[in-house]
Amino acid sequence: MARMNRRRFLITGGKLAAAGALTYSGLSPRIGRAADTVKVGILHSLSGTIAIAEAAIVDAERLAIDEINAQGGVLGRRIEPIIEDGASDWPTFAEKARKLLVRDKVAVVFGCYTSASRKSVLPVFEQNKGLLYYPTYYEGQEISKNCIYTAQEATQSVIAAIEWLAANKGKSFFLVGSDYIYPRTCNKIAKPTIARVGGRTLGEEYAPLGHTEFSSIINKIKAAKPDCIYSTVVGGSNVAFYKQLNAAGLSGAKQTLLSTVVSENEIDGIGRDNAVGYYACMGYFQSQKSATNDRFVKAIKAKYGQERVVGDPMECGYTGVHFWRLAAEKAKSFAVEKVVAASSNLELDAPEGKIKLHASNHHTWKHARIGVARADGQFDIVHESPLIEPNPYPKL
Amino acid sequence: MPRLLARNAEAVGYVVLAVILLVAFPLGLDPFRLNLVSKYLAFAFVAVGVVLSWGYGGILSLGQGIFFGLGGYFMAMFLKLEASAPELPDFMVWSSTEVLPWWWEPYHHLWFTLLSVVLVPCAVAFPLAYAPFKKRLGGVYFAIVTLALALTAMVMLVGQQGYTGGANGITDFRSLLGWDITTDRAKLFLYLGEVVLLFAVMGAATFVLRSRLGKILVAIRDSEDRVRFSGYDTALFKAFAFTTGAVFASLGGALYSVQVGLITPTLVGVVASVEMVIYAAVGGRTSVVGAVYGALLVGFARSVISENLATLWLFFVGGLFMFVVLVMPNGLAGLPAQLASRRRRAEAPTRLPVDA
Repeated sequence: MARMNRRRFLITGGKLAAAGALTYSGLSPRIGRAADTVKVGILHSLSGTIAIAEAAIVDAERLAIDEINAQGGVLGRRIEPIIEDGASDWPTFAEKARKLLVRDKVAVVFGCYTSASRKSVLPVFEQNKGLLYYPTYYEGQEISKNCIYTAQEATQSVIAAIEWLAANKGKSFFLVGSDYIYPRTCNKIAKPTIARVGGRTLGEEYAPLGHTEFSSIINKIKAAKPDCIYSTVVGGSNVAFYKQLNAAGLSGAKQTLLSTVVSENEIDGIGRDNAVGYYACMGYFQSQKSATNDRFVKAIKAKYGQERVVGDPMECGYTGVHFWRLAAEKAKSFAVEKVVAASSNLELDAPEGKIKLHASNHHTWKHARIGVARADGQFDIVHESPLIEPNPYPKL
Repeated sequence: MPRLLARNAEAVGYVVLAVILLVAFPLGLDPFRLNLVSKYLAFAFVAVGVVLSWGYGGILSLGQGIFFGLGGYFMAMFLKLEASAPELPDFMVWSSTEVLPWWWEPYHHLWFTLLSVVLVPCAVAFPLAYAPFKKRLGGVYFAIVTLALALTAMVMLVGQQGYTGGANGITDFRSLLGWDITTDRAKLFLYLGEVVLLFAVMGAATFVLRSRLGKILVAIRDSEDRVRFSGYDTALFKAFAFTTGAVFASLGGALYSVQVGLITPTLVGVVASVEMVIYAAVGGRTSVVGAVYGALLVGFARSVISENLATLWLFFVGGLFMFVVLVMPNGLAGLPAQLASRRRRAEAPTRLPVDA
């Protein structure tokens, strides 16, 4: 056993040395680029705190690339993905984005998860005239000509979620979030929406990122007795938040809670028992019934294992790759400005249904779906909106 | 030969470094790699400061990120105001900050920015070091205090989103006094300026260490009580070493913001702070020039390994650190002497090794 390990270590070490030698053609331009492939970048965190969420998106994007290659590639060229690790560190994201654009000269990059990583790479994309497909629901307030946003911006989920809650669950709300830009922006949208539907905001609380002690916030919730809790608590904090809610008697059976950031992938981390009965609003749920979605979920499970679950960001990563292929084929070119121009009003039959890119603002027309978490970690879909126009700069 | 090298290692190190940084890199590396070197060199400033305060003053600070962050954020504030003028910086708009906070106002001026890059770290570092050293607080406790402060500073930066950009940090700079800093040509000039400044800082550090002040610092490191009984205010000397290290770190941070085009709270936090100490450890904590090599080597290793083995690179970086600490306790700079002494031992096996 030990010998096996040492052997493997030596092999890996040898590979590393070889790889190092290869890059130090870093001093001379890379040669031997095959003409029948097109390079694309994948830039997510494969290590660090956010890797758990981003690695799953990489899997979905690679699946899409494999599918396209199996059908003969794009414009007759095989896609060759170059995968870089942003390491959950924003300056590293910027460094790797520059590397993909300047050295590898990739046609397009699929990447980023947090807003912070996107903000750190966007100047790089704008300076080097690159193109980024961004697969995560985010706060909006942004239109970059070098970015296509395939997930919901905040208004596309928050407004639909609040309206549905007010109509079905009650009109008093308590807003809880992690303290950063996404939750604050969501609540900035939520409050006027609550007022418009005739509801009341009973409280608004923020916990620091990564916080695990929610008892004081939960006490405030218990004192306020809201009909609905709207949560934008993210990441590992949700494990503590959901557990402590259950312990305080505010379980999914007794208290309505809706989150716009908890997908199937997060439920895996939170623990299925803790999340049962709580609602989520997303653009996509794995439990959706359609031929395209069945095919997609089956392909993920076949490639990565039967136990894998699929969440909204994975689906958006997957559709991003397909959107790019469609746009490149429509434009008959990989040139960024032509691909972007061809993306206007582009339609796609995605696992989440028929969606289309906006005529001008680089975001995506999407459905908002509300689901309630089941004991098996999947969601029962209780509401589905028509396609909602993306509106990254809402007037509130 | 190794013995000769050991004796002149420092001088040889300087000459080779100058050739590499001023000739080989600008001519041999493409703009992308050269820009990465600029980033590594920003950390070299911190490493030189760590040599001064840890290697000679014996003060282990695990919070150098705080000072790196001070310089970095001051410079970023100036660049951001210039990039977004006449509007408010974009992150303030998202965070509903409607007027520019008063303490942002002076950062419209480059002179004020540069002054604060140098003076604010002094004002923070000196009392921070002098007070505990006066009370004869030991090294380990001071290390813990700095570690805690680094964590606090990061949490504060993340929390005050409307003023600091929160977890996103401050990004998207375009020009410096109207000069477009995003072009390859501008980056080359900035790189050369950074190298010149780095040599100035190395010169200053060497000057301090060769002076009587440096001798006293070494004496304090090796036996503080004895120096104190000789009538020196040891706390003052240690605080001076720490403050100088802090100013170097702040300069590095300011250059980082200009060169990399962003600053984020992660660069202030515990992990970044500990890494900064490791740069100096890899290079050799008692060698000014070694620290710069350490920063360059670790930086290059990190970039190259992570490009080629995206999922494994952290293990290799970790392994590299362990290797250096276990096999080369005096870092790269100690290597010639280490080789020479091994050779001496081989030549005269009966003699007891001096360093055993």
